[in-house]
Amino acid sequence: MADTILVVVEQREGKLNRVSWETITAGQAIAAATGWTLEAAVVGGSATSFAGEVAAKKVAKVYAVEAPQFDPYTPDAFAAALKQFLAQNQPKLVLMPHTYQVRDFVPKLATAMGRTVISDCVGFKHEGGKLVFTRQMFQGKLAADVSFTGDAPWFATFQNGAFRGDKAEAGASAAPVETVKVEIAADVIRNKPQEVFKEAKQAVDLTQAEIIVAVGRGIKEQKNIEIAKQLAEALGGDLAASRPICDSGWLPMDRQIGSSGQTVAPKLYLALGISGAIQHIVGMKGSRAIIAVNKDSEAPIFEIADYAIVGNLFDIVPPLIEEVKKAKAG
Amino acid sequence: MKILVCMKQVPQKDAPLKLNESGAWIREDVSYEVNEPDAYALEEALRQREKHKGEVVVITSGPARAQQVLREALAKGADRAIHLEDAKFVGLDAFNTAKAFAAAIKDEQFDLIFTGLQSDDYGYAQTGVILAELLGWPHATIIMQIEKTETGIRVKRELEAGYFQFVDMPTPAVLTIQSGINKLRYATLIGIKQAKNKPLRKVSLADVQSAIGENLQRIERLYVPQKTKKTEHIEGAPGEIAKKLVDKLRNELRVL
Repeated sequence: MADTILVVVEQREGKLNRVSWETITAGQAIAAATGWTLEAAVVGGSATSFAGEVAAKKVAKVYAVEAPQFDPYTPDAFAAALKQFLAQNQPKLVLMPHTYQVRDFVPKLATAMGRTVISDCVGFKHEGGKLVFTRQMFQGKLAADVSFTGDAPWFATFQNGAFRGDKAEAGASAAPVETVKVEIAADVIRNKPQEVFKEAKQAVDLTQAEIIVAVGRGIKEQKNIEIAKQLAEALGGDLAASRPICDSGWLPMDRQIGSSGQTVAPKLYLALGISGAIQHIVGMKGSRAIIAVNKDSEAPIFEIADYAIVGNLFDIVPPLIEEVKKAKAG
Repeated sequence: MKILVCMKQVPQKDAPLKLNESGAWIREDVSYEVNEPDAYALEEALRQREKHKGEVVVITSGPARAQQVLREALAKGADRAIHLEDAKFVGLDAFNTAKAFAAAIKDEQFDLIFTGLQSDDYGYAQTGVILAELLGWPHATIIMQIEKTETGIRVKRELEAGYFQFVDMPTPAVLTIQSGINKLRYATLIGIKQAKNKPLRKVSLADVQSAIGENLQRIERLYVPQKTKKTEHIEGAPGEIAKKLVDKLRNELRVL
């Protein structure tokens, strides 16, 4: 039997998330490079109902893996069910989106099978018959090409934005859908999740902002946030921050950009003293233009900046505020 | 409550990194610090002990330099420490690191094990979950709150895009802790003094060798990421930079 790639997509309330489509694109690219067969699996209480959407893409087959215990999500149920499914299905490579949910169960699943996960990948290479996965390390300062040295199935997860979800190729005709019912013993599930909720209404919606001035650790003290605020006001933009600033309570949590905060794509993103950890980058790399000010010339934020200013933000921001005001007045 | 906190020493955030001769790892002569989420995990363990009594034990793996992380944790109030001491531990994948930890604590009985949600160096975000599976314990990840209940614990998980969820679970359990769950404390002078006399158990690679196997993944090469974007550097005195930037904002980005 030919080697198979299985993409396990993630859905919430019957809708696939964007990074799942991106992972399908990744699977299609790896299939094209290796000649392996691409299949997909949708997992949920009633997975069959949304398997059709995935079957419209260029995949050989879609499995709708169903069990009543999938809802609400628990790592115990997902790991137990997928372990059973993969033991029968035996793919060479299992791809998943690097979401919080996947992070929660896939290391458990791989461990239960005596396997490993190359997590949070941003790309792959197929060189001389060998498949390697590229991932960021040291907060994005370095990249690593990582290979599997053990037996299949190999597990890899892809970071948000690593591939273009809208580039997922459609199939010539709909792929067959096979419903797989999985039995999960009652005592397998130990955690009892309560309802999902949102903390106090998000007062600030940064997703619609056209200009964002964001501050990171480089701002050093809470009182210094004032100059960033003045710059944001002068530009007619909104103030935002990286996670550590909100963790410290210097700005409210609803101004946080990144994987645990908001994902934004303004016309201008001005990053002040933000080093550019992966968790922050995923929330803002879609910005049309990025200006970064940082005193560390090796800060990863410069990798994605359109305009880079290596220097002390406290020297640069005050004259910038004045120049912006002048320009607006003129 | 007896809590184990897994901690890691990582290169300082702004430390310039250079590749070593192998091209698959960094030169280790850089400044190090405690992995940030692990500091929050320790703080949470100390707070739980203050509420419910018990013991806080810290564990790390790595060469002699990694002991600094344990010393700092002891100075902040941890009761004792375990150091898996060998430079080779640095090169283990998450599966093997978790196996080594499981072997090192096999005679202990913890109620909870905390880890930071991920490390600033490898960034696997896996070791804690793997450790739970090896021990046969339940786990929950990216935790922002922990309450003791009659049957175990209730934790608050952070989900994506500002969503949260409470989860009731039995103990013993492994929790991966999110940065910002609490406010970090500083070590006191007395704490630093007392730390010197607190027990620190050393575990050698030989002690846990039988528990670990070959790594299941390998770093083939490490490199500075290729830029996908053309970046224009704006240089000069601050005043000049400000003028040049405003010109870009007006004429190229058209946001002014």
